[in-house]
Amino acid sequence: MSNPVFDQIRQDVGENDVVLYMKGTPMFPQCGFSAAVVQVLTALGVKFKGIDVLVDPSLREGIKQFSNWPTIPQLYVKGEFVGGCDIVREMASNGELQSLMKTKGVAGVN
Amino acid sequence: MTVKGSIEQKLTQGLAPTRLAVTDESHRHAGHAGHDRNGESHFHVEIVSAAFVGKSRVERHRMVNALLAEELAGPVHALSLATKTPDETAS
Repeated sequence: MSNPVFDQIRQDVGENDVVLYMKGTPMFPQCGFSAAVVQVLTALGVKFKGIDVLVDPSLREGIKQFSNWPTIPQLYVKGEFVGGCDIVREMASNGELQSLMKTKGVAGVN
Repeated sequence: MTVKGSIEQKLTQGLAPTRLAVTDESHRHAGHAGHDRNGESHFHVEIVSAAFVGKSRVERHRMVNALLAEELAGPVHALSLATKTPDETAS
């Protein structure tokens, strides 16, 4: 299974501690679920890279195959897939997301 | 069968849930991309099943997504999930 998009994804999640594949940008999310995750990350105070899948159809499909996850948004922390909107919100509400980020050494967690 | 009906049927067969609630939330997304005027496109599923014991959140969602692959590839634009084991609902 070699897909050129996978190489780009590996590079992005490898070079950035926290990466959010989303619809739209952190400033202008184009979907309520993406907006919700941006809000969670902003509240946590972590720096994250938002990648807009709407600008690239091959990425939009490729990210779903890469993670074996059918929906967007998708959150990656230190290269590891954490989950989509429901999981991120659930983990944020009980403090799990915060501890995961701290354990993994992400800077700036509130 | 309605989309809601087929979601209920597949999850019941696949995961033998002790609780299952499928809510059609399409009306909350009227006019937004992915909303189908005629159809059911956005769902929330609450499911309690012993099949989730020992599985991470991501694994649980993948189990549900796999059962609903056809719906996700077709009419369903968004699926929000709350997955629990019987023990987790007791607390």
